Amino acid sequence: MSHYDVVVIGGGPGGYVGAIRAAQLGLKVAVVEMRGALGGTCLNVGCMPSKALLHATELYEEAEGGMAKFGVSMDNLSIDISKLMSHKDEIVDGLTGGIAYLFKKNKIDYIEGRGKIPQAGKVNVALNAGGDMVLETKNIIIATGSDVASLPGIEIDEKDILSSTGALSLKKAPKELLIIGAGVIGLELGSVWRRLGSNVTVVEFMDKITPEMDGEISKTFARILKKQGFNFKLKTKVTGIKKSKKTLTVTTEDVKSGKTSDIKCDKVLVAVGRRPYTSGLGLEEAGVTVNERGQIEIDHNFKTNIDGIYAVGDVVRGAMLAHKAEDEGVACAEILAGFAGHVNYDAIPGVIYTMPEVASVGKTQEQLKAEAISFKSGKFPFTANARAKANGQTDGFVKILVDVKTDKILGGHIIGADAGNMIAELALAMEKGLTADDIAYTCHAHPTETEAVKEAAMAVENRPIHM
Amino acid sequence: MTIEVKVPTLGESVTEATVGQWVKQVGDFAAQDEIICELETDKVALEVVATSPGVITGILAEEGAVVEPGGVLCKIDENAKGAENAASPQSAKAAPAKASALAAKTESPAVSTGGVRASAAEAAKEHGVDLSKVIGTGEQGVITKSDVLTFALTGSNPTANVAISSGAESDASSLPREEIVPMTRLRKTIARRLKEAQNTAAMLTTYNEVDMTAIMGLRKEYREVFEKKHGTRLGFMSFFIKACVGALKDVPEVNAEIKDDALIYKNYYDIGVAASTPGGLVVPVVRNCQDLSFSGIEKEIVRLGTRARDGKLSMDEMTGGTFTISNGGVFGSLLSSPILNAPQSGILGMHSIKERAMVVDGEIVILPMMYLALSYDHRVVDGKGAVTFLVRVKEYLEDPQRLILDL
Repeated sequence: MSHYDVVVIGGGPGGYVGAIRAAQLGLKVAVVEMRGALGGTCLNVGCMPSKALLHATELYEEAEGGMAKFGVSMDNLSIDISKLMSHKDEIVDGLTGGIAYLFKKNKIDYIEGRGKIPQAGKVNVALNAGGDMVLETKNIIIATGSDVASLPGIEIDEKDILSSTGALSLKKAPKELLIIGAGVIGLELGSVWRRLGSNVTVVEFMDKITPEMDGEISKTFARILKKQGFNFKLKTKVTGIKKSKKTLTVTTEDVKSGKTSDIKCDKVLVAVGRRPYTSGLGLEEAGVTVNERGQIEIDHNFKTNIDGIYAVGDVVRGAMLAHKAEDEGVACAEILAGFAGHVNYDAIPGVIYTMPEVASVGKTQEQLKAEAISFKSGKFPFTANARAKANGQTDGFVKILVDVKTDKILGGHIIGADAGNMIAELALAMEKGLTADDIAYTCHAHPTETEAVKEAAMAVENRPIHM
Repeated sequence: MTIEVKVPTLGESVTEATVGQWVKQVGDFAAQDEIICELETDKVALEVVATSPGVITGILAEEGAVVEPGGVLCKIDENAKGAENAASPQSAKAAPAKASALAAKTESPAVSTGGVRASAAEAAKEHGVDLSKVIGTGEQGVITKSDVLTFALTGSNPTANVAISSGAESDASSLPREEIVPMTRLRKTIARRLKEAQNTAAMLTTYNEVDMTAIMGLRKEYREVFEKKHGTRLGFMSFFIKACVGALKDVPEVNAEIKDDALIYKNYYDIGVAASTPGGLVVPVVRNCQDLSFSGIEKEIVRLGTRARDGKLSMDEMTGGTFTISNGGVFGSLLSSPILNAPQSGILGMHSIKERAMVVDGEIVILPMMYLALSYDHRVVDGKGAVTFLVRVKEYLEDPQRLILDL
């Protein structure tokens, strides 16, 4: 039996980052993880493997014809998918191994097994190697993350009907790939397999893709993806999938008319979202309150209704994003060490790593309208940005939304080749309460795409230079 | 879930506060960070905000109640917020494909527990900064690393400096032309109290001058013996306090205050001694000066002065004075008109000692002279009383033997 200050259940971004921060602050920490590898969904079957595939396939597509405009042409171009997959696996192994090293460096006990909370102050672990172990601890942080959600009547077998996990490990590109859900995961993995040769059809219940995004961005994004070859069936729901020997028949229904139609395909990717993963934790036994959405209820210090039990990341309210979980893990650790924790939920960026990328922070135009906040917007297209032109990547624009009264930035939205990196500037600006004017008067290097951010800030005052 | 909103740390050794106005009432909805009530202490007035959004279900400290840090002010039911959001999950259910990770629709609270960021605590340790003196500028008054570093560099942190650069030709090495610095709570209180005094009292000032030869001689002669016996320096302040106590006994209205339609005359002499600290002006009070010896007064002044510098003065040590002495002389002031320390009716201004040419018995002689100023509330003190008071102080100081003989 061991005594800890903190036992973290779950070794994903919320758990492992929180554990390291707690150890840095002098707490005695153990992490319980059952996967057999650290890093959670993000590193093992999420953000990281998908980025490895996205980057490689983007280069492949460029080589296939994207570079012709530069005078670069290639004959006999081919891609070895099994080699690509082993590259991806190597990346994942390297990253998860890196966390194990960081645990050693910070003297964190890494316990491989399935954690269960019989009561506050105790964690029972069913060890992966067999046998049981009881950990005694002052505090418990639940960071068990989320699991793939499906639709009623559709069973994911990871062979023909895939979740993101299965879609990251296909051995060859399916001829016809049908994706349910035009969210981040669907569009990223759809991009991967489209580049590798699949015909991709995306079925979306709502009337637009990435429904929560700023309307203008969403519209431009849909136009670009269609040009790349995506087929979208909006306002459509999937009611069932029939398997025959060689093909799958997906029954869809028009949300408005109720008209049904069948689509034949080789594989289906179910990307309708994720749900908090808490089964087997013994929350009921411990008396921890879970809401109707399956999220663990916490207060503003991440504490559940039970003293000594905390929760962070995908299992609690808020966006299911690795970096949000990481920041919550750090804040929770700092609070447990007696300090103030800090997460600004108004300034959490979100990125879709397609080509072009889509990134946003803060409120969308639609949200501001709904909340009756008076705002001004400034927009600047990459077609007027010198660097984007030189790179031949002129799709997209930067859009900044500011408060009419204070000039403070309320939201930033970028669609463009390097949007994921560029959003950091706007996130920092929002975190520090800066104004569009502050950005307009910050020197930006030339020639870079970031100048489009500066120009968009100037466009708020109707004074962009290059337009 | 129901949460409790507690009295925040009131800063600088303030141990209690009075509940002012409740902005929100039971049943009202309060958004995150929305002001729900006001707290007042003698030094500060502060606003208490809702730490989480929700409906106020119970007020535990009514207006006028005296509360301590950590005491519960009210209860907020966070579920009321849950009810507001309850509409969205339904649409989520109906929309199976609505799963964008960008969809951070849930309105979650910004996280903070008040107090100190870990990085700030580390910096404080490294630079030997006492965190109790640092003013937090983070959300909900959290102390940030930059607060600590500013404090380490300047001895105070007048909070988030916003540099306004003057324009294109501004030189990188030059200071900004203006700096906008939010007022500290202490500064705001000083401002409010001084203005209140001016607005309330019928204030005017009478002047006199005092020949310091006798006291300077006395100090010179007995300095060493005094220090050896009492372990404290013989300063000017004990003479001035003793002189004032004598003069206050002769002119009791200067030691009185107005309360509603009555005058309160006080037969005890608690003298406030204005002191400048890095944080601003504070006025610790030397109690029962009528009973204290010279050494007793000197020791008490040293003790209070040290505590003032360290920001450790308690509310008790700063309230309830009956008269105040302000010494602008230490900074070199030749003459000034002090503002009353309300609700007191008099304040004596001391100034610097200068050798001046004076006429004594038809001869011009060089004497160490100090101007004295008495600002007084004319509602309580007549001109005659004020002038008499100052003359009595002058007499006691020019001929300290009168203090012994009670003349």
